Amino acid sequence: MGMRRVVITGVGVISALGCKRQSFWEALIAGRPGIHPIQGVDRSLIRFQYGAEVRNYDPLLHFDEREASLLDRFAQFGVVAAREAIADSGIEFTPELKERTAIVTGSCAGGQATEDEGFVNLYKNSVPRVNPFTIPRIMANGAASRISLEQGITGPTYTVATACSSSNHAIGQAFWMIRNGLVDAAVTGGSEAIFSLGFLKAWEAMRVVSPDTCRPFSKDRRGLILGEGGAMLILETLELARGRGAKIYAEVAGFGMSSDAYHITQPSAEGAARAIRLAMSDGGISPEQIGYINAHGTATPANDSTETQAIRKSLGSQAEHVAVSSTKSMHGHALGAAGAIEAVATVLAMHCGVLPPTANYTIPDPACDLDIIPNIARPCEVECALSNSFAFGGLNAVLAFRKLS
Amino acid sequence: MPDDLERRVMSVIAATQHIPADTVTIDSTFEELKIDSLDGINILFAVENEFDISIPDESAQTIRTVRQMTEGIRKLIDERGGEAGVPVSV
Repeated sequence: MGMRRVVITGVGVISALGCKRQSFWEALIAGRPGIHPIQGVDRSLIRFQYGAEVRNYDPLLHFDEREASLLDRFAQFGVVAAREAIADSGIEFTPELKERTAIVTGSCAGGQATEDEGFVNLYKNSVPRVNPFTIPRIMANGAASRISLEQGITGPTYTVATACSSSNHAIGQAFWMIRNGLVDAAVTGGSEAIFSLGFLKAWEAMRVVSPDTCRPFSKDRRGLILGEGGAMLILETLELARGRGAKIYAEVAGFGMSSDAYHITQPSAEGAARAIRLAMSDGGISPEQIGYINAHGTATPANDSTETQAIRKSLGSQAEHVAVSSTKSMHGHALGAAGAIEAVATVLAMHCGVLPPTANYTIPDPACDLDIIPNIARPCEVECALSNSFAFGGLNAVLAFRKLS
Repeated sequence: MPDDLERRVMSVIAATQHIPADTVTIDSTFEELKIDSLDGINILFAVENEFDISIPDESAQTIRTVRQMTEGIRKLIDERGGEAGVPVSV
């Protein structure tokens, strides 16, 4: 049996750019950020003031009261995105396919907001009992398990937690399982909801959050903007997709991962470059075929210059020609959901022939001298694209996509 | 001779870095003390607690020496009215 090809036939996303795929894409190509003063937490208690929150989200539009009580906000985002992706793909989970479908999700913090709330009651308000739904709500696999339950999917189902690389690792695992014949389809992506006081205070102490907005690759960048949301993709074999006449966004062509073994929080260009090279070689792609990179692009001083070096090291002279943007400038850094949200942005860009810009860009930085698509979307057909995720802990995960002719 | 504030800052740095107190001098650079970016934010956390002050992110980014840190803290204490404060947590 030759190597099976894996394609994306459905995508769903809920983010600061809206609760649907359509609003997400419209905001991305308009270069319109979803960054606003934080609403979910009392801002007088934190130093930074801006975040990329999912606004106007009503759980009861998606879940009945009992379901909602069992699902932390992060898990709800994963389920909402999965439902949209499944509907978009038109895939029908027959009894046979249910056993041959995987669910692999990513989350960095799981249900930490539930934990925060429960422990405030215990420690501060002296409430002696903790809600019995706390454990099912905080488990990082909350979204994966709920998707399995409601879709009746019984194949390999699990969750990956590798900080900001979580959902790229998840998508990579799902891709390889299909390619290697372990399963025929997958629901994969990630979700995150991190706007609780305890978690934001922890980020405040890291001193990497911008006081205003997110300006990736710009000389005056001042740090990241935290975001939240969920994104899921439906992966299946090319054979299955063609057989049922499905719309195909793009092929998942390759996946590469590496560990820096360098520093717990400082990035390494060599580690990131190695993951990029591995993703290209895994997909049989040469640097000249890469037309677009959705960068990790957090807008911290350290990431963006290091990522620029990594792209130069791995793509060589093609780095002069490749278009690069950080859509975190619009949907914020959704941590364990970031890779999934950015994978959706990347495949929509390939499908629609328009590359989303790096928003909020003001001043060129010689240390980030790539073509970063400043502020205005660019019509451009690309053959192949990469989506980078580089996590605290030095863990790198890069996905490579190819457009099907 | 270092004054009281300087002694307290050096003591916090030594304790946070788990290094002997006599290795930290007012003229030590963070580089000499092998203080990287993550150690740096941990020291900021410790001195904020020690002096009950709040050090803004952007002034924190420019600190490279023990002397710069001490002068920055002195300025914040002076702005608050001269009380050196007591540790808010241990």
